Amino acid sequence: MTIHSTAVPLENENVDTDQIIPARFLKATSRDGFGKNLFRDWRFNNDDDAQPKADFVLNSPVFNGKILVAGKNFGCGSSREHAAWALKDYGFDAVVSSFFADIFKNNALNNFLLPVQVSDAFVQNLFDTIQKNPAAEIDIQLENQTITNVSTGEQAHFDINAYKKTCFINGYDDIDYLLSIREEIEAHERSL
Amino acid sequence: MTLFDKIWNRHVVKQIEGGPSVFYIDRHFIHEVTSPQAFDGLRKRGIGLARPAQTIATADHNVPTWDQHLPIKEALSRMQVEKLTENCQEFGVELYGLGHAYQGIVHVIGPELGITQPGMTIVCGDSHTSTHGAFGAIAFGIGTSEVEMVFATQCLMQNKPKQMRINIEGELQKGVTSKDIILYIIAQISAGGATGYFVEYAGSAIRSLSMEARMTICNMSIEMGARGGLIAPDETTFEYMKGRKFAPQGAEWDKKVAEWRQLHTDADASFDHEIHIRAEDIQPMVTYGTNPGMGIPVTGSIPEETVLEEKERPSFRKALDYMGLQAGKAIKGQKIDYVFIGSCTNSRIEDLRQVAQFVQGRQKADSVEVWIVPGSKQVEAQAREEGLHKVFEAAGFQLRQPGCSACLGMNEDKIPAGKYCISTSNRNFEGRQGQGARTLLASPLTAAAAAITGEVTDVREMLTAN
Repeated sequence: MTIHSTAVPLENENVDTDQIIPARFLKATSRDGFGKNLFRDWRFNNDDDAQPKADFVLNSPVFNGKILVAGKNFGCGSSREHAAWALKDYGFDAVVSSFFADIFKNNALNNFLLPVQVSDAFVQNLFDTIQKNPAAEIDIQLENQTITNVSTGEQAHFDINAYKKTCFINGYDDIDYLLSIREEIEAHERSL
Repeated sequence: MTLFDKIWNRHVVKQIEGGPSVFYIDRHFIHEVTSPQAFDGLRKRGIGLARPAQTIATADHNVPTWDQHLPIKEALSRMQVEKLTENCQEFGVELYGLGHAYQGIVHVIGPELGITQPGMTIVCGDSHTSTHGAFGAIAFGIGTSEVEMVFATQCLMQNKPKQMRINIEGELQKGVTSKDIILYIIAQISAGGATGYFVEYAGSAIRSLSMEARMTICNMSIEMGARGGLIAPDETTFEYMKGRKFAPQGAEWDKKVAEWRQLHTDADASFDHEIHIRAEDIQPMVTYGTNPGMGIPVTGSIPEETVLEEKERPSFRKALDYMGLQAGKAIKGQKIDYVFIGSCTNSRIEDLRQVAQFVQGRQKADSVEVWIVPGSKQVEAQAREEGLHKVFEAAGFQLRQPGCSACLGMNEDKIPAGKYCISTSNRNFEGRQGQGARTLLASPLTAAAAAITGEVTDVREMLTAN
C-alpha cells in the first residue's frame, strides 16, 4: 500500500483531540460527516457563519494533500474516535509525527488512517521542506514501512506491528478474527 | 512480577505471533457519547453482546445539571441520551440513566457501587477510565471501534505497554491534596511523558491516601499520556469496598480479600522506568497553559520563554496568548470569574466535604460564579444528608445535579469566551470548557479559596488564618 502526496504542516505540539474535533460536535450517532468540523475552532471564527481564520494552515491556499505532518504527542487527551473519523473524512490518509498518544494511534489504525511515527529531526526536516516548497511530495510505503521526503531523498523506517499491518493492507477487522476464536475465549473465561 | 504483570497475565487469552495479545475484559462501562456507533456496528453484523451482564451503562456527558426530571432541552443531547436508552433496552444492558438513583459520572458510579474491584480488567470509551486503577485494576480508555469489539467478543487486541513506577515518599504539607500530587507529577514529566507506559503509583504518601484521593491520581494518568495508572489494593481499599452494592458478600468476600492481598508488586520486580518524588516538595498546584503539563506551584511564576527549547516556544506562545497571560508573571492574584468543582477527577463526597469545611462561615467573592456538580446521585444525596447544601447555599455556591458538566461543556454548562475558570477537572485544553474559555486546573481546596477571594490564592494562608 502506497500513500504518495503533498502534505499539510501543522507545527503545533500536543495537539489534543478536543482541538481535532471539539466536544460539541460529538452528539451525532453515526460515523459520518465529521470532516467539516475538523479543527473547527482553529479553522473558523465562529459556528454560525463559518468565517475561516486566514492564519490556520488548513485554510491556506498553498498547503494541501492526504498527509498531515504534526508536532509531537499528536492526538493526546480524550479517547474520542471521532478525531480519527474527522481526519479521515476530511481527506487525510496518514498522519506523521514524532509520537502519538496511545488511544489515538489505535483509533487511527482501526479506521485505516495510518499513524507514521518518525524522529523529531525527520519531522523537522519535513516541515522545512514543505514550508520551502508546498508542492513537495512525501511517499509512504506500508509494505516496506518506509517514508521518504521525495525532494531531499531522506528516508526513514517506521514501526507498525505485523498483525496490524496485515489488517491495514487487507482491510481486515479485529472483530471478525475475535469472533472466529470464540471457543478459545470462552475456555479462558471459564479458567478465570 | 509487578502488580500489572499479575493482572495482565491472567487476562491474556492468547498471544498473536508478532502482534498484540487477545486480552479478556471483565467489566465494560458505557455512556451515551462513544457507544451509539458501536451498537450500530453490532446491528450491521447481526450480532448481540457477548456478555451483556458484564456491561454497565449510564448517561453523564450530555445531561443537564438543573431540572433533570424534565426532558433535556437541547435536541441533539436529548437524542443521544434517548439513543442510549433504546440501545440498552434492545441489547439487554443495565442502564443507570437520568432519574435513576445510581446515575452519575461513569468513573464515580463504578467504584461507589462496588462494580470496580481489584484484579479486574476494566474498559470504557472514555480516557479517564484510568480512574478505576486506584483499586488495583487494569483500567483504560478505548475508542468506539474497540467498544464494539468488547460488545461482540468481551476481548480487545492489546500490545503490552512498558511499565513505570512513580514512588512518592513522605508526608504532604497541610493544604496539599492528591490533585496537587498528580498535577505536580505531570508538570515534572510533561503531557506526553508517560506515553506508552502503564504507571504504578507507590510509596508512603500514596499508602496514606483515601480511596477517593487515590482515584483522583489514577484519573489523571492519561494526562501525561499513560495508558493507565494503578495502585496496589490494601486495607484502605477493602474497607472502602466492603458492603457496597455489587461487592462480594459473606464468605465470598473473605475469599476475594485473600486473593486481592496477593495483588502487589514483588520486591524483585523491575520497571522500565522509575521516578522518585518527595511529598514535602509538593505545593498547591495551578495550571497556566493549555495542557495539563503546564502547571506551577501557586506561589510560582509562569516560566520565561528562554527556559524552553526553541521548537517548544511557538506552542508555549500560542498557549499564553489563548490564556491572556504573560510569561514571567506570578500566578497568584490572577482574577477568576468562574469556579467549577466537579468532574470524574474531583466530584466525590470527600471533595465536597473538604470544600464545605473550608467555606463554612465564608462568602464567595461577588465577582465569581461557583458551580458544584456532584459526581453521582448518591454523592448528591449524601451531601444533602450531611447538610453540605446549606453550607454551599450560605456561601453563595450553587449545588447542581450530577454529570460531567463544565469539564467539557457538552451540556449547557459552558464557561463564556475570555472568562477565567478555576476548575477541579482534568483538562485545560483550548475550548474545553466552552469556546474561548480559559481554564486553570487546581485542587478542590485551591478552587474553593479562589471562590472566596475571586483570584488565585494560596489556600495555605487561609488555613493558617482559620
